[in-house]
Amino acid sequence: MIELEGLTKRYGTKTAVDRLSFGVRPGVVTGFLGPNGAGKSTTMRMMLGLDRPTAGDVRIDGKHYDQLKDPLNHIGALLEAKSIHGGRTARNHLLCLAQSNGIPTRRVDEVLDLVGLGSVAKKRPSGFSLGMGQRLGIAAALLGDPRILMFDEPVNGLDPEGIHWIRNLMKHLASEGRTVFVSSHLMSEMALTAEHLVVIGRGRLLADTTMESFIEENSRTYVRLRAPEPERLRDVLVADGLAPTEGAEGAIEVEGAQAVRIGELAAEHRLVLHELSPQQASLEEAFMRLTAQTVEYHAHTALPGPGEPAAAPPPGQQQGWGPQQQKEGF
Amino acid sequence: MIEAVGLTKSYGDKTAVYQLSFQVRPGVVTGFLGPNGSGKSTTMRMTVGLDEPTAGTVTVNGLPYRRLPNAARQVGALLDAKAVHGGRSAREHLLCLAQLSGVPSSRVDEVIDVVGLGEVAHKRSKGFSLGMGQRLGIAGALLGDPPVLLFDEPVNGLDPEGILWIRNLMKQLASEGRTVLVSSHLMSEMALTADHLIVIGRGQLLADMSVKDFIAHNSQGYARVRVPEDRPDDPEKLRTALARAGGQLLPEEDGGFRVTGLALPQISDLAHEADVRLWELSPHHASLEEAYMQMTQGAVDYRATVDTRSSLQPLPQGMPGQGHAPQGHAPQGHGYPAGPGHPAPGAQGYPQQGYAPQPMPQQPGTGYGTPAPGGHPPQQQPWPGGAPGTQPYAAPTPGAPTSDSEAAR
Amino acid sequence: MAHLTRVLKSEWTKVTTVRSTLWTLVLAFFLTVSIGIAFSALLKNLSNEERGGPLDPTYVSFSGMSMGQLAMVAFGVLVVSGEYSTGMIRASLGAVPQRGVFMAAKLVACTALALLVGMVTSVATFFGSQLVLGEEKASITDDGVLRAVVCGGLYMTLMALFSMGVTWMLRSPLLAFSILMPFFFIVSGILGVVEATRKIAQFLPDQAGMTMLAVNDLTDFDRAYGPGGALLIMLAWVAAALIGGYVMLKRRDA
Repeated sequence: MIELEGLTKRYGTKTAVDRLSFGVRPGVVTGFLGPNGAGKSTTMRMMLGLDRPTAGDVRIDGKHYDQLKDPLNHIGALLEAKSIHGGRTARNHLLCLAQSNGIPTRRVDEVLDLVGLGSVAKKRPSGFSLGMGQRLGIAAALLGDPRILMFDEPVNGLDPEGIHWIRNLMKHLASEGRTVFVSSHLMSEMALTAEHLVVIGRGRLLADTTMESFIEENSRTYVRLRAPEPERLRDVLVADGLAPTEGAEGAIEVEGAQAVRIGELAAEHRLVLHELSPQQASLEEAFMRLTAQTVEYHAHTALPGPGEPAAAPPPGQQQGWGPQQQKEGF
Repeated sequence: MIEAVGLTKSYGDKTAVYQLSFQVRPGVVTGFLGPNGSGKSTTMRMTVGLDEPTAGTVTVNGLPYRRLPNAARQVGALLDAKAVHGGRSAREHLLCLAQLSGVPSSRVDEVIDVVGLGEVAHKRSKGFSLGMGQRLGIAGALLGDPPVLLFDEPVNGLDPEGILWIRNLMKQLASEGRTVLVSSHLMSEMALTADHLIVIGRGQLLADMSVKDFIAHNSQGYARVRVPEDRPDDPEKLRTALARAGGQLLPEEDGGFRVTGLALPQISDLAHEADVRLWELSPHHASLEEAYMQMTQGAVDYRATVDTRSSLQPLPQGMPGQGHAPQGHAPQGHGYPAGPGHPAPGAQGYPQQGYAPQPMPQQPGTGYGTPAPGGHPPQQQPWPGGAPGTQPYAAPTPGAPTSDSEAAR
Repeated sequence: MAHLTRVLKSEWTKVTTVRSTLWTLVLAFFLTVSIGIAFSALLKNLSNEERGGPLDPTYVSFSGMSMGQLAMVAFGVLVVSGEYSTGMIRASLGAVPQRGVFMAAKLVACTALALLVGMVTSVATFFGSQLVLGEEKASITDDGVLRAVVCGGLYMTLMALFSMGVTWMLRSPLLAFSILMPFFFIVSGILGVVEATRKIAQFLPDQAGMTMLAVNDLTDFDRAYGPGGALLIMLAWVAAALIGGYVMLKRRDA
């Protein structure tokens, strides 16, 4: 459990984090989102006692970070910025962290194998790729088998196999009842990983809600239908007070109705449906709508903006659903 | 147009790229995929003349990069965002590049605006964030308005707004008839951006086909179905009806079902005949990631394993038990595969609970099932009329993955 | 206390597992000993007029220390700046958030290593040089010689410690090197020679430190203090640097 209470950080006149209050609960993966410069990293650094808050308070299991005895056994963190001495071998890096917290040496080899770096344990990280450095950082976070884990942009530099692995690892850690707090810029990745979201913009809390309701509140949801008798279906829908619209390639889209209701309706009228799928916008789209005002560096082009997403993937299908397939449909 | 013929690069006795032949055509975004160390960057470096091939050639519009007249006007590349002198301002950096390639300085301000760095154009790039550096690199690539563009991991460090922007930028560049080659590790991003894919593993070509074909070849889609909750007999009736037609009905965590082996209209008709009402009937494509994982399984360098925690004390009290079922878990069932020693319940080997009861599955990195050898013929239908032999979500077999990349080919 | 022991162990691992920092210690040893022996060999064959006075066999053996101390300074700078320049500081403070404990443990571990190397160097350069000096050699049992040899080791250790404190204030290895190196290599020397600044320069850490090495005759040095006072001056410099470093570490964001 991580609790923030009115957490504020100012650098001179610039306020990086502005009266932030929220809690990160155990048992779920909580995503931490925000545009660049929103204050995510500063917030995470304050959680770890690296930066001193200007005002407010952040507590780990009820304590300030520097009151934790052997903190690695309570909270493990992977920060976005590199935190490894390139001249010390991977194993020795972990060893000195382990020793400072009374973690047995055998655990060092265990986590090295766990992250897949067993074969380069004796190599110095100065020659590591970004992905290998990231794995070493993850190993350090897991060292004390902590109940709270914090990952800042964990997939940075990882290849697809690594991305898949860390995603499942985070979910698994949460399912064991741990608190998992992850920041990322990759919305499609977050949609697959997080169940709960904390969104900040310009240092302020914008949302603290479940993934589902976040998408629901910040984007359009509708039901897509296909039927061999589209005209009859349309009539039935209109007669029931719904407003069907034309979708791509002969599909019918109905906003503001549950799939259940339409299914029952079709059954009553002995109508055959070839598709009855509730559609939800992507997390990216929802995020863009919410944070449109708080982005620092806007690119200027005549390209479609955040309000006009290229695709509106169905729920749980954000990945692998390119506009190409979208057009192909069924 | 980029064309590689028998491209090979060796460093000592290590071969980074071996006999690679492919074409990158104009007008579409071509994704360049492969695990770490598969030779993607080396190939890109050879394309822009930074590395000399050991054998074979790679040409841009018919000529090797080094022989291109005014190459900077023909090829723009974002290879390493840090190839910028930190002491120079963003504008000065681009001005240097512009002068080198004979681009008018007015173009510099143009590209600075395009990438959204107008406000910091006169600041030294030393203080730039990774994302800002990336934007500066992209500005450099666009400077000569080149018909061929290469991007190596372009979304690195960008925030969601930047990711959306670069994605649309690449699509627009392709739609203008340019050749766009982009490498990335982010499958979900690639699925949204690329039309065509070139996949390499251990320096060799694994696939060169459209995204759609790639997914169809390497994985299987399914349909998601929900039936009324107040009629407990319906699932069984539906299962029987579907089974007769060669389909399978598998329960999902949220009370819905997954149907494999049948097309949507067939499912609809069968349900109708069996007098089962449907509350949902949605098509689900397999993801690009899933397809990719299956293809490259054998070609991964650093593979993660199990956390045994054997050297530590048992978990402190206050930790909920391991059987803790998460709520709202992604419904498409990318859950935990059961470890080899613990086959999941159910004949299909599909892990029904998503989370296996043991502390950690055996191979978290290879969560996707192994394809049945010779399994998936190319098909237009998202899933075959009947492929009961395939087990799309089977528990992984230890030791098997290495041979799978061949099997998948 | 168990806590401090663990952190100490961890810091010991840290300092002994980076090759580049260990090389500075090796360099300190070889520079000091080889230059000390070379000077002894050179001066032995000169007459008193040529070398401008009678030979002090102990002091001559420490001739290499002016170079060796630079390697010790480099060691002090590297062990501290290595934390900041690599980002390791975030991992370190994540593991040991009590910054005072962290700093103390690092100082103790690094100082112990520096002291070991400093003492070995001082003893080696003394005895090595005496071998070369032949008839003009001093004995360790002579008046004040043992004290000078011990002070030689202390001097090198304190220079490393002083650099650590300064680096803790500056953080950046580039900044620390570009201030400390020219200062001890050139500036301090010039200030010590120029008549106008000499009175003040004698209180600089290295000038005071070299005084600690004198066996008996301080007239050459023209100092306002003796070897004991020199040690106190050095300790004061080290304490000031470390307190400054501690305040910076405590107050600034990591």
